[in-house]
Amino acid sequence: MTKTPNISRNDFVKGVVGLLGGVMGALVGVPAIGYILAPALRKSSAEAWIPLGPLTNYPVGAPVLFNFTRSKVNGWEKSTNSYGVFVFRKNESETVVLSNVCTHLSCRVNWNEVAQEYICPCHDAKFNSDGQVVSGPPPRPLEVYESKLEDGNLFIHFVKG
Amino acid sequence: MANKIFTWLDERLGLQTIYNTTLDRKIPKVNWFFTLGSASGFLFIMQGVTGIFLTMYYVPTPDHAYDSIQYIMNEVAFGWLIRGIHHWGASLMVLIVFCHMLRTFYFAAYKYPRELTWMTGVVLFLVTLGMGFTGYLLPWNQRAYWATTVGTEIAGTVPFVGDFLNNVLRGGSDLSALTLSRFFSAHIWFLPAVLGAIIGVHIYMVIRLGIAGIPDKED
Repeated sequence: MTKTPNISRNDFVKGVVGLLGGVMGALVGVPAIGYILAPALRKSSAEAWIPLGPLTNYPVGAPVLFNFTRSKVNGWEKSTNSYGVFVFRKNESETVVLSNVCTHLSCRVNWNEVAQEYICPCHDAKFNSDGQVVSGPPPRPLEVYESKLEDGNLFIHFVKG
Repeated sequence: MANKIFTWLDERLGLQTIYNTTLDRKIPKVNWFFTLGSASGFLFIMQGVTGIFLTMYYVPTPDHAYDSIQYIMNEVAFGWLIRGIHHWGASLMVLIVFCHMLRTFYFAAYKYPRELTWMTGVVLFLVTLGMGFTGYLLPWNQRAYWATTVGTEIAGTVPFVGDFLNNVLRGGSDLSALTLSRFFSAHIWFLPAVLGAIIGVHIYMVIRLGIAGIPDKED
């Protein structure tokens, strides 16, 4: 036997068995784990610009409720959710679009013409026309949608469902 | 250290004895045909494991069964692989179990004292076919639907009790949601439970009685 970095037959077999075992384990294990984790790792983006129609549809000075639906596919099931936003034109050039979901426990708020406030029917929370909390339990103001105007049409940036 | 742990466990579990009686037992001179039983057992385990994985996404209702399989095939990572193995493994299992039976028959290994091993083996073969029959409906596509229509119709041709059998298989007179859910239930609970239990008895007898060698001219 020539002088080479010697490795005993026993160690060689052990090494090969370990290596092949590792490869086979990975071949079985990786698909198995990937299969289980697949839905959790999927990034679902619901992002879209939602058209709310011509800006001239909305009067200046009073919030108007706009409803829309978004559908989402989870696995083999398609579900449709509806959303409501208040479009409030403060003046000719300034528009605020607010979500109607109360930041307390997700009830839907209504615009009260007399009080000039958004009032949540669940726990009597009150928000002013900018969505700031006036009174009640909500931890933060109503969510504001990013909006833009294109050819006189109003769009809001819908990010998540 | 590893040795110490093994000795501790072995003293309590008798691992060495289990190893000696199952894997290190004496057998006559055999050939490759004698590996078919182990192959059947391996396929049973493989079908079991991939089947368990499939239930994570598969839904046995007429409105979702087909879509859930489309989801497995197209959306889930390696879903195509898991289902592919289950699909092809099913055909292979029927084939291998059948070859195992042929080998036992041609080598006359069913004779005294192994008659019971043979009889349980026959049941295992029939249940394997039952697994194939019930599993075939689950994709809920045209082929599945019509194959089961024909299959249950065949049961309907049995004299006197045919109609009754047909209704029992279908869960009513039509092939419906009830058929799908009872085939699913049979496929993942009833039949595998029967298979597992009888495989236990079968293997126990193989180990207890030893296996028959290749018959020579005297036999």
